[in-house]
This record gives sequence, structure tokens and C-alpha cells, in this order.
Amino acid sequence: MTTERPPERTRPKRKRTGMRKWLDPLIVVALLLGLWEFASVRFGIPEYVAPRPSVIAECLAEESGVLLRNLVPTAQASLLGFAIGNGSAILLAIGFVHSKRLERSVYPLAVMSKTIPTVAISPLLVMIFGSGLTPKVLIAALICFFPTLVNMLKGFESVTANEVELFRIMSASRREVFLKLRLYKSLPYLFAALRIATTNAVIGAIVAEWIGSADGIGALIVQASFNFDAPLLYASMLVAGGYALLFFGAVGVVERIVLRWKPMGAVAVAA
Amino acid sequence: MTQLEHSEVATDPGTRPALSLSGVTVEFESDRGTVCAFRDVDLTLRDGGFLSILGPSGCGKSTLLRVIADLVQPTAGTVSVLGSSPGAARTARAIGFVFQDASLLPWRTALQNVALPLEIRGAPRGGRTPAELLELVGLAGRENAFPHELSGGMRQRVAIARALVTGPRLLLMDEPFGALDEITRERLNQELLRIWQDTGTSVVFVTHSVPEAVYLSEQVLVLHAGPRGVRALRDIPLGYPRDPAIRDSPEFVAVAAELRAMLG
Repeated sequence: MTTERPPERTRPKRKRTGMRKWLDPLIVVALLLGLWEFASVRFGIPEYVAPRPSVIAECLAEESGVLLRNLVPTAQASLLGFAIGNGSAILLAIGFVHSKRLERSVYPLAVMSKTIPTVAISPLLVMIFGSGLTPKVLIAALICFFPTLVNMLKGFESVTANEVELFRIMSASRREVFLKLRLYKSLPYLFAALRIATTNAVIGAIVAEWIGSADGIGALIVQASFNFDAPLLYASMLVAGGYALLFFGAVGVVERIVLRWKPMGAVAVAA
Repeated sequence: MTQLEHSEVATDPGTRPALSLSGVTVEFESDRGTVCAFRDVDLTLRDGGFLSILGPSGCGKSTLLRVIADLVQPTAGTVSVLGSSPGAARTARAIGFVFQDASLLPWRTALQNVALPLEIRGAPRGGRTPAELLELVGLAGRENAFPHELSGGMRQRVAIARALVTGPRLLLMDEPFGALDEITRERLNQELLRIWQDTGTSVVFVTHSVPEAVYLSEQVLVLHAGPRGVRALRDIPLGYPRDPAIRDSPEFVAVAAELRAMLG
């Protein structure tokens, strides 16, 4: 009776392919960089159009102090905005699950917050709150808010008919259905939304810095473009991208710890 | 356990039937008017008995099971589970239910899945522990496995252990082995009989497999698809314990042929 074989575990297999997974794209990137370097020299492409990779690398090293000093406010704003935007989306989604009336009255407002382009709201917020941290955080939060709200709601509603019947047979209360079923069902959807939110929060902070900020990667980008300082522009871009990638990866690590029960597989994302 | 002990239980005058239905009708409202799932079902199941509901897909057998479980309200008729209403039986945790897909919560280990009903309403007095039940269904040693690490048959075993954890007097099973391969299914049929005799619970078992119904049951209720409402209650003239080889006996083959003819 115990001869039924469980499905093979997938974990060791994943580890074995881990190295290859990273090696192949790295080779492609290295080849592209080499081609770019070669083409720049060979065809004499001016630096303000496309600086050579070696020049960008040099700038990254030389200006690392400036770049990192400007990364701090951007990282701060995106992290705070990420926390506030997703936090309020999660709380509101929980409220919606418990009160259909709340959902009916507030949801259209939430949709509206999405339809107005962030870039259009940003100057307004900068006008109201000045050029400090506040407008950056708000814009980053606003950009995270809606996809997380929608995904969280979708997750809460993703219970199957059998699961509802199971909890009814156990005579579970609404509260128990929420805590023992809906909350867990929402987690894969939440993490899918959070992964999107990481890069969105960084974009939000940078857009806010374009419009009016004394420091931050966004401000550095504007300054570099005014000065036709292409290497610094590219370097800023790389630093922002690297930070967003780290942020994205960190959420992925947390997801893997929290959802360790889940066989690896994607969840459809509504955003 | 032997046939003799069973008949003793059945003739005990103090024993209430596990289940009694009279004139139970279920109709659904749809776009094309009222659709009848089934009409005037009468049924009595002795305490500790094993009844199968046999019929093709769409004949309303799952709906009938859900009426007994207080998941669907009948349009007409009365249902009595252990002498009380299905709702009261459900709140008293006298009903266990096993779904066609195991419906385990994937974020819980096998043991945690079995313990779920206890987290909601506490442990019944004198009941078996989740670990003991996992052993009963043959999964000792797999307590900490997550559902995705278990085979379909193993998942169904966990689901049976979960349904038994509140010590129910009536176990309702909705095509629990329908998605399994035949070898696993026959093995689990055999084990279900062992579990039934071990726990003494009454079982209502929904299936569309004639051999499965004959092999397991004391009685088989045959339901037809559509509004014809024709059905028959057939006693299975085979004693327990049943050996898997009984499937090849002339009695078994004859009853199976008769049921197949009823399904038409």
C-alpha cells in the first residue's frame, strides 16, 4: 500500500540548472558589450551619442561617490513608497473582503487613481509638498498601490467551490475562512504584485526627482543630460537598474521563504 | 469483522438509522426554467452501513450527497442524519466529507491538513489524533510531506484521514477515487473497507463505477440521468470481509451485470 510513488522532487534538479541559467545570458551580455566597444571605435561614434562601455565603466568607478550619495535618497523614497503603497493596498483589500459596501464605495476611486498617469500627478505633488522626500514617497506609493490592490483581491477570491464547502462542513466562521484559507490563497498573488511593485517604486521615485529635487538618481540623470554628460547618464541608469534588480531579487528571496510549500510555478498577474 | 457482527448491529433495536431521506427533491433554477436534479428519493441507511450512490455523470448523485451534508437545500422532502437535521448534524461534527479532488490546503503538511478541523472546533473527546489517523490510512512517516510531494492516491488518503479526525458517525464520499488509476483505485477500495470496519462509521459513497459500488457496498442506490426519476435500491448479497478476488466470483459478476442493466 505504500508502494505508490510520490512525484519526483523538483528541488535538486533546479539547483543543477542554476549555474547554466546564469551563464548563458552573461555570455550574451559580454558579447554585446564587446561588439558595442568595437563598433564605437571602428565607426567613431561620438561619446554623447553612445559612450563606449569602457568609458562608462571608468565613469562608474570615478563617480562612485556621487552616484552612491544620490542613490541613498532614491532608495529611501522607493522603499518608503513601496511600504506605504503596498501596505495600504493590502489593508484596503482586506477591508473590501469584509465589507462589500466599502468595496462598492471606494473601488471606483481606486480605479481613478490608476487612470491618471503618474507623470501627470507628479508636478502637482511636488508643487504641494515641495522638493523633499514626501512627494517622491507619495508617487512611488501611488504607482505601487493599484496592481497590489487588484492582485490581493483576486487572491482572496481565488478560493475554489470545494474549499468553501470544506470550510462549511467544518462549520468555520467567516474569520476562520479568512485567516486559514483566503489569506494563504492571496499570498502567491501578493508576491506577484510585489515583484512588479519593486521596479515601479524605483520608477516613481526617479520620475519625482526629475520634476524637482536637489538630489537623487533622478536629479543626477536630469543634470547629466543638461550637461551632455553621456557617461554619467549611462552610469546613473546602471546604478538605478542595479538597485531595482537588487530590490526585485530581495522580494524574490522573501517569496521563496514564505511560499516554500508551493511547487515552483507562475501565478497569473492582473495588472 | 464478520458478517455476523454486522447483522448484530443492524438488528439492535436501540440503533437509529444513520440516514433517512423521504421524498427528497432538488430543483435548480436555470435560464431555461426549472431543472430537476432528482425527485422523491427515499432512503434509509442503518448506523454503520455502507451505501453507494451509482449513476452516470450529471444524474444528481453529487447533489444528493450535498443535500445530506447540508451544502444544498432540498426543494422538497425531509432529510434526517442520525435523528437530527443535516445542519444540526454538521454543527455537531457528525459528518465527514471527502471530495473528488482531495482539496488539501497546499501550504499545510499532511499532518497539518488532517488537524485542520480540530483547529476550527477543537478535538473531540476520545477521538484519534491526526498522527494516529495518518497511520490508519497507511501514511505513517509522511506526516511532514506537503500535498505536492504526494501522489494522487496519497493525497486522497490524507483527505480521508482529515474527514475522520472529528470522529464522524457518517462519512460522505464524492467519487473520491474517480481520478485515480485503476490499480490505485482497487487498492484504496480495499483499504476503505478496512477503515470502515475499523472506525464503525456509516458511509455514503458516490461513484460512477459499477465494480466499485458492488465491491464496497451493502446497498447500492441507482440514479438515472435526466428527469425520469427512475431509480432502484439494490442489496448486495456478498458478505464481509471481501477479498479482492471476489470480483471474479459468479455472484459479483451477476450483481454487476444487473446494476449495469439498470443504468441502461
